[in-house]
Parts: sequence; C-alpha cells; structure tokens
Amino acid sequence: MSIEKGREITISVLKFNPRSKVSKPHFVDYKLEETPGMTLFIALMKIREEYDPDLSFDFVCRAGICGSCGMVVNGKPALACRTLIANYPTGNLQLMPMPAFELIKDLSVNTGKWMDAMSKRVESWIVDNGEENDITKLEERVDPDVADATFELDRCIECGICVASCGTKLMRPDFVGPVGLNRVARFEVDPHDKRTAEDFYELIGDDDGIFGCMSLLACEDHCPKHLPLQNKIAYLRRKLVALR
Amino acid sequence: MKINYCDALVIGGGLAGLRAAVAAQKKELSTIVLSLVPVKRSHSAAAQGGMQASLGNSKMSDGDNEDLHFADTVKGSDWGCDQEVARMFVHTAPKAIRELAGWGVPWTRVREGSREAVINAKKTTITEDADRHGLIMSRDFGGTKKWRTCYTADATGHTMLFGVANEALKHDVDIRDRKEALSLIHEDNRCYGAIVRDLITGELEAYVAKGTCIATGGYGRVFKQTTNAVICEGIGAAIALETGVATLGNMEAVQFHPTPIVPSGILLTEGCRGDGGILRDVDGHRFMPDYEPEKKELASRDVVSRRMIEHIRNGKGVPSPYGDHIWLDISILGREHIEKNLRDVQEICQIFNGIDPADEGKKGWAPVLPMQHYSMGGIRTKPTGESQKLNGLFVCGEASCWDMHGFNRLGGNSVSETVVAGMIVGNYFADYCITNDVVIGTKTVQKFLDAQDTYIDEILAYEGPEDIFRIKNRMQNLMDEKVGIFRDGVRLAEAVNELEELLIKTKQINVKSKERVGNPELEEAYRVPRMLKVALCVAKGARERTESRGAHYREDHLKRDDANWLNRTLTSWPNPSDTLPTITYEELDIMTMEMPPAFRGYGAKGMIIENELSEKRQAVVDEITEKMQAEGKDRHEIQDALMPFSLPMNYREKNERVGDL
Repeated sequence: MSIEKGREITISVLKFNPRSKVSKPHFVDYKLEETPGMTLFIALMKIREEYDPDLSFDFVCRAGICGSCGMVVNGKPALACRTLIANYPTGNLQLMPMPAFELIKDLSVNTGKWMDAMSKRVESWIVDNGEENDITKLEERVDPDVADATFELDRCIECGICVASCGTKLMRPDFVGPVGLNRVARFEVDPHDKRTAEDFYELIGDDDGIFGCMSLLACEDHCPKHLPLQNKIAYLRRKLVALR
Repeated sequence: MKINYCDALVIGGGLAGLRAAVAAQKKELSTIVLSLVPVKRSHSAAAQGGMQASLGNSKMSDGDNEDLHFADTVKGSDWGCDQEVARMFVHTAPKAIRELAGWGVPWTRVREGSREAVINAKKTTITEDADRHGLIMSRDFGGTKKWRTCYTADATGHTMLFGVANEALKHDVDIRDRKEALSLIHEDNRCYGAIVRDLITGELEAYVAKGTCIATGGYGRVFKQTTNAVICEGIGAAIALETGVATLGNMEAVQFHPTPIVPSGILLTEGCRGDGGILRDVDGHRFMPDYEPEKKELASRDVVSRRMIEHIRNGKGVPSPYGDHIWLDISILGREHIEKNLRDVQEICQIFNGIDPADEGKKGWAPVLPMQHYSMGGIRTKPTGESQKLNGLFVCGEASCWDMHGFNRLGGNSVSETVVAGMIVGNYFADYCITNDVVIGTKTVQKFLDAQDTYIDEILAYEGPEDIFRIKNRMQNLMDEKVGIFRDGVRLAEAVNELEELLIKTKQINVKSKERVGNPELEEAYRVPRMLKVALCVAKGARERTESRGAHYREDHLKRDDANWLNRTLTSWPNPSDTLPTITYEELDIMTMEMPPAFRGYGAKGMIIENELSEKRQAVVDEITEKMQAEGKDRHEIQDALMPFSLPMNYREKNERVGDL
C-alpha cells in the first residue's frame, strides 16, 4: 500500500447491446491510473463514473460472496470483484462477457435465468417424506461430519464460472453443468433429503447430465469457491452407472 | 399498459422477502417476488457469523431461553425497541432455525467430547455432553449472555438464503429478477402494488395486488464507507416515503460495525471476536479491556465501534495511506480453527489485502475500522408488520422499523429477524391478502404508471451542469463525515442543509445517453434523489434527537435521555415538492414494558437521564413477579402477565429444549 503515483493500465471491454438496432460488438479501451489494492470492481466503477456512464456490468456484494460478477478476464472466467489489477504485470486486461449465458449488455449476462432453470431441473430442494416438520420440537440430529460435508458442497454461489469454462457445455447446449451436478451431490449427502440414487438417476442419468461430462475439469480449475467438482462428479457417475 | 395481477406482491428477494413469499404461497395465494438481482445474490448472502436463536444445545449455551434472548435484545437496543415485537421475535427464532434445518441449511452441529477454544485470549477446554451430540451448535457474539449464535462456518447467510430460495422454488413462487419498483400504487390510504421497471428491457409495468410486502433491505449505501452490497440503497424505504402516507421510523439509528477490513470495507464477521479474536492498537496492545473490563471486545457493536475511534483519537491508531486503523488479531485462534470456521474471513484477507490471518504474530493481523453496517430504521409498522398509515403495505426484514432493534442491533439478530419476520409478518400479510380484495380502477393504475413514465422523460431532458455520480459521491462523503459514529448539532445541521441542496441539484444534471434501455446513468439519475430523501430523514432525525442512545451518539448530548427522548422518530414526505422531511414522534410507554429502562451493563456508567416512570414500572414488575413466583407460576405465565403478545400459526407454542427433557 503506497501513495505514490500508480502505473497506467488499459482495460479493454467488449461492448454490445443486443437490444439496439445499431449496436455492433466492439472493444473499447479505457486508460486509467492504478491505485493500491485496485480490483476490477473499483476499476469498472471508476470507468462508469468518469469515462463511460453507459457501460453495463453486474456487481452486488463486491466481496466474492454473491456470485454476480463473473466475466472473462484475459481469456479466463473469474469473479471481477476478486480480480486484483496488481496480478497482471502488463497492466492490460481484456474483459468479455461470460459465454454460455444470454447476453444482456456489455459485461452483463443473465446467469439468474439459467440458474433458476437448472435449480428446477435438478429439483434443487429438500425432498422429504412429506411429514410436517414440528418446529416446536427438538431438531433432527445430524452427525457433525455429515453436516460439514453438506456445507462443503452448499458453498456454491451459482456464479456460472464453471459453466462458462465447461467444454461439454459448448458441445451440448442442454448440459446441466458442473453446478447442477454439484447440486445433486449436495442433496445426495444431506440426511434431510429422502431421494434415492434411482430418483437422482431420473434427473441427471443421461448425456445432458452426469454421463455427458468429459472430465476436462476446467470447472474445478476456475471455481472461485474451490469446490471438489472433480471428485463429486466422479462419485456421482460411479454411483449412478452402477444402477443400470 | 401492461398490468400483472396477483394476490400477494413481495418486493425484494432476500431472506425476509422470500420467506414471506413462501408463507403467502403456502396459503394458496398467487405470489410474485420482484428482485433487483437474481434472488440468491441478495445481500442476505453476505451475513457471515450467524443467527441468534436460544436453543441452548451446546455447553456454553446451556440454560439459554427466550427470556435471556429478550433481555439481551432490549439492552442492546438501549431500550429503543418495541418490547412486544422483541418478544414475538425471540419466541419464534428457535422455530425458524428448526424450520430452516428441515429445509436443508447445514447448521454446524455439536460434537460430543472435548475441544480447545480461546476465551478472553486464553486457551480453554470445553466438553460437550453426549446427549447434545448432533444438535445445532452455537458460538459467542457481542452483547449476549449465552453463546446463542447458530452458524454454518462463516457463510451462514449464504446457506440460509439458498435454503429459503430453494424452498420458494419448490413451492413454485413466481420469482422475477432484474425488476425495480419505482413507486407504490395507492389510493385512500391503501396500497395496491407497484409500478415496476424491467432492468433488461427498460419497460414499465404495473403490478396490482391485494397486498404488498416490501423487503428491500437497508440504506447503507447512502454512506461512503459501508459493508453493504451496492444494491442496498434504501429504495424500498424511499418509495414508501414518497407515497406521502407511510412513515419511516428511527432513520437516524444506523449501526457501524467494528471490523470491516481497510480499505475495501468488506466485513470480517463478529464471529472473529466471538470465537476469541482480539483488537490491538499501534503498540500491539489489547486495549478493549481498558475501556470495557467486563465485556471487552464483546460489548455491543455501538460501544466497541466508539471505543475503537476513541482509542484512535487518543493517538493509538495504526497509520496507513487510508488513515488510522486498528488491528484485528485472530491468529491466536490457530490455523485449524480459522481454516474450518472462519474460512471466508481468511479468503477475504488473502485476496483483498494479501494477509493470511492464520499466520502467527503481527504478520497475520488484519487492518480494521468501524464502518456503516446496518439500518435499524426503516418503514414504520405495527407488530403485524403492516404500515401504521398505509393499509395493505407490509414490511419485513431490514427495510422495516418493526421495531426489535431500537437504536442498536445485536450481532446475529439480523439474519434471525429476516426469517422470523418472514414467518410472522409473512403470515399476517397472507391473511390480509385472503380477506381483502383489489378495488382500484385501472385508470388510477394508469395514472401512477404515467407519472413514472413522464418522470423518466423529464430526467432524460435535463440539460444542467451537474453530474449525478458527483452528487452521489458528495452525499456519501457528507454522511460519513457529518452523520457518522460521532455526531453533533453543528455538523448535523450542515449536513441537512447540504443534502437539501444536493436534492435540488439532482434536477440540474445531464444524462449523457438518452436511451431508456441499458443506461446505468439513467438508473442513477432516478435512484439518487430517492437516496437523498432517505439520507435527509437520517440526518434531520439525528439533528433533532438531542441525546445519545445506542448507535446514535451526540458529542453535544452525551446522555441517554429517558425523560425526554424515550420515543421513536417518525419521518414523512407529505408533498412531492418538499425538500425536507416532516418529523413527528411516537412515545414509548414505559408502563407497558416488561423491562423498564435501566443501565445496559456495558458502555459508560452514569450516563442516563432517568424517567421517573422507570422506577415505578420496575416496582410493578417486581411485585407481579414475586407474587406469581410465590404462587408457583412458571416463567411463561409470569411473562404473559407482564406483557402479553400473540403470534400467527402455531408460533406461540412453547419451544422444546434438550435441557428441559
């Protein structure tokens, strides 16, 4: 953290408004001075306030917790809020919207719509035996290790980075994505969920589900939450392939 | 004109809004949730440390119950809260957490046997009994008698939000994101829905409903330095204010959290201190015991934040390019504990500051400074959650002044409030939607839509010299400098005057792009005037309140003044052309309180101007309690005699605890 003048950086952004009749995809370069600890959140806010009030992007928590700001930074998908400019020695950053999602404008993509559809498809909720949970009574006991294991997989923030980095998704537009498979693994380990392996097979037992994954593993490489996607996808595949 | 009809309209898709929507949908109402962002990205996700509920499962929480949680909450509020609401809350919190467990929130569980913990900077062994194994665990937080804060590591809000959002999807709640409410539709003091802008297409639509529930969170972004997400701009409160009918309560009650990291302002959870972390000054000295010998780092947030600034003013801050700060030391908890229970904290320190807080000694200390964190104020409601003035408008969560937090909220009581209010207010809201019909003409709806349409055209036609981003930045800096942790009459008056000028200047801007779609500057141009109105409510309320209570601290009026200020500030905006809010007050009735005003047990002593009724009411409370105890009545019966309260559903039933079995 120093207060001397920072280096000049260049942020190059792909701009395009698919709702406009005249807009065409094009890059715009913004030159600005780097400040200590500058992230892409700080840089993009500065660009909007001082250079281009028309630039669209999404941030909510700006702390790597909400998963809003996935974008492609120099060819790799990442959370913009956790991207430190100092980690780019050339000072040149090229930003593009994440592929695989519907483009809203510039760097803003509709991950919410995609994730909702995914959640409905894998029935991303507790399926219990239908008995009313009496909330005036003591809670059901859960082994602390099992609770921790469920939490480990529940840390997914639906940022879409795994989907944007997925090779299978490029070939199979309806692929449920690493995020969807992780979600199934999460409910599979949760003792409150009464679904069997057979039930999960019904949801993801095809080439757009667990058998589609080509194990290229860019998902795990880029996951900002470091979820154990490789292990969990392999585990689910072994478990489900054994059923047929 | 596109009109969407539904039975129950919820504006805001965080924990409170989603839980209220589930309540409405379960009562077979067609329910729509509108959200600025995909709901799982709401600011609820950022709650780290945990949720207070008096389960009393673990060793350090044994013997906990609603009475202790109630007392902590009232003391925390500095007697500013509505005690009936606080009772409703503490009684429902254990049910809320058990419901969430059934919805899949993977609460950290009690493990039988011994473990090492750090208490008061010393290693201590805690042994959990076998009969508690597998029940929900809790950790220590500030201002609480017992370890009451239940958690999932330090991602509690995230797991709760996903649990509730998934449950909403399961029940087929109609969730629509990237939608922004611009105004409320109302007629004859009744609310019928909202005029809404689609943030993708720019299209305006009307949503007409039997009842409307606002759950849009707080107004932290009217300040510069804040832990709040960028969407926490207080727009829900602003559109309620702009009806000219609904009132806002205690807007000057703003909480500053002791430990956001410098300079990004990202929060490091109170769990850091709850788990045993300590605060150090420029000399590495642990200074909090010098100021607060009993509670130390775990006094309430308002007290710890002030002590930190006081210590910096005494020349003991750590200098940095961003001004002086304090160190937070969690390295003493050990790497294993940090990597399991404070993982997000570690990640934040590593990514944003290049510090590994698990490194031993000074290397692992994180720079922290108090910053805006929570809005106790909000849309004023009755205990049912319905606006006192605008029928059919319900409010829950941080957007409300319900009012269980008074002038200071306890850590762990906010995520708890979201789901508890979602249950309680959500059910009262649903009942309202069942018993009331829509009786508003489409012409009236059209009038409200046209007003917003015209307003956007007006903004795009402004040709003034001002810049909306500069106005916003000035407002935020002004709020930090003059309406912050330490306040005084002179600077508050300056703030009110300049905020008023800024509000007038918002009509003298020039929006560069004239597009109605995908135009971020246009969005700022209609949001900032609303934010300024909220900021004016905060600043003017603070200027008028000549006492210090909870987080509202006046250096020119150091005492809590129960004789003159045991009341709630109500602000309204009767005419659209007004440039200042109108203030009235709502008295708090000591003679109906279960716990009359007294000393909090932390903070400076002898700083209360007593109200003579406090002593009188205490005598009544003591007399009733002693008499009933002699008659062999239990704590529930005594409580009911002192201050009865009611709840919807089966929420009034007793909470079972393992210690009672």
